[in-house]
Amino acid sequence: MLHDLPAQVKIVALVLFVGAVVATPREAFWAFGVHAALLVGAIVIAKVPPGFVARRLVIEVPFLLFAFLMPFLGVGERTTVLGLSLSVAGLWGAWTIIIKGTLGLGASVLMAATTEVTDILEGFERLRLPKLVTAIAGFMVRYLDVVVGELRRMRVAMTARGYDPTWIGQAGPIASSAGSLFVRSYERGERVHRAMLARGFDGTMPSFEQVHVTPKAWMTGTAIPIMSWLVAIVAWVIR
Amino acid sequence: MSTPALEVRNLTYSYPDGRQALAGVDFHIHPGERVALLGANGAGKTTLVLHLNGILRPSGGTVRVAGLDVTDDHLKEIRRRVGLIFQDPDDQLFMPTVRRDVAFGPANFGVQGADLDRRVAGALEAVGMEDAIDRAPHHLSLGERRRVAVATVLAMSPEILVLDEPSSNLDPAGRRELSAMLTTLDITMMLVTHDLAYARELCGRVLIMSRGTIVADGPAEQILGDERLLAENRL
Repeated sequence: MLHDLPAQVKIVALVLFVGAVVATPREAFWAFGVHAALLVGAIVIAKVPPGFVARRLVIEVPFLLFAFLMPFLGVGERTTVLGLSLSVAGLWGAWTIIIKGTLGLGASVLMAATTEVTDILEGFERLRLPKLVTAIAGFMVRYLDVVVGELRRMRVAMTARGYDPTWIGQAGPIASSAGSLFVRSYERGERVHRAMLARGFDGTMPSFEQVHVTPKAWMTGTAIPIMSWLVAIVAWVIR
Repeated sequence: MSTPALEVRNLTYSYPDGRQALAGVDFHIHPGERVALLGANGAGKTTLVLHLNGILRPSGGTVRVAGLDVTDDHLKEIRRRVGLIFQDPDDQLFMPTVRRDVAFGPANFGVQGADLDRRVAGALEAVGMEDAIDRAPHHLSLGERRRVAVATVLAMSPEILVLDEPSSNLDPAGRRELSAMLTTLDITMMLVTHDLAYARELCGRVLIMSRGTIVADGPAEQILGDERLLAENRL
């Protein structure tokens, strides 16, 4: 169900959900529980394997390490937990980073798992992001593989002539290959521009079809974030 | 005789560094002809191609497409009429999906909505790639990308198709598929190559280019049968 929603609905839903999580007061533990339950519910509905989400969440680890240090390094009022003296402000800071970061990232992973990159780009375009910006992002997506392929071929060519990247004295070739990769990419940019001109490009990207989004799709897509906002508002009121 | 689909007269071009790439090119192609332009590396083939729809401008001489001079006034119309297909499909296919890429040309000429969808579907069908419409170009094989590259140009309904080295780097099956597809297209065609077998297979007429000029122009059988002429021109 989530897979079929138009990308712009999912982008708006993601932003709304993250906004609701950020707006929730940090003391309202129950509210974060509800946010998490809503997110897990959405993941289940979308049939995204939990293992997939868990692997993608690994990117958060460096931030979590930082968060774990905060109670020890924080200043001000202190409290004792299991014999350790911890900063109260640091504990709150760590809690906020961990819960808000994880919920936000989880929602982003859900979106990435249910939406093709190209659809995300089109979604941003339909949300009236400037066409130049989406075009640049599109070129990046399109040419990442091409540039990585060029880099790989250059490495193979270097290895074939005795290049051994483990030896520190061989740092020079890496630097020069970065330079030639830049030149190659620049030249490709020129050739692509020619190909664009050849097909009538006059400086502005053409408009493509606008997919009409039904009110039902908007309602389905934003149901969960709206519930999150209700939770955030209630949490503020009863605080 | 009919107005030539393409008419190049005494075309000269020097690069900004002073190197002369074209030294007086003369030829014309009539509607419906399939012509091969042969030449060794550095003979000026690609430079000539870039003049055919106004990406490079002549230092001297003229290029006319179906009677229209290649000048700023007609640039857009010229670019619709002359479909250039570049050697590296990774240069030609720059949009994130095949659908967008094929739509890029006609959309630039103001085609929209259902009309645009029809053009895209029709062009992909003509090259046998309709199943790839929602795929990303970098997920296609080289042969498939070449065919989609042809579709990006066909979608503009050009009057003349100019292909730069269409067979390079293709495996034999890819070459056969591409030539079989090209023979089904009913359109004026100029094939720039140094693949003699390809020229013989697809074209009735051959031009040979050397050092920035056309040095031979005639029926394919006659020119491709002249071993000495070919050898003199590094073919």
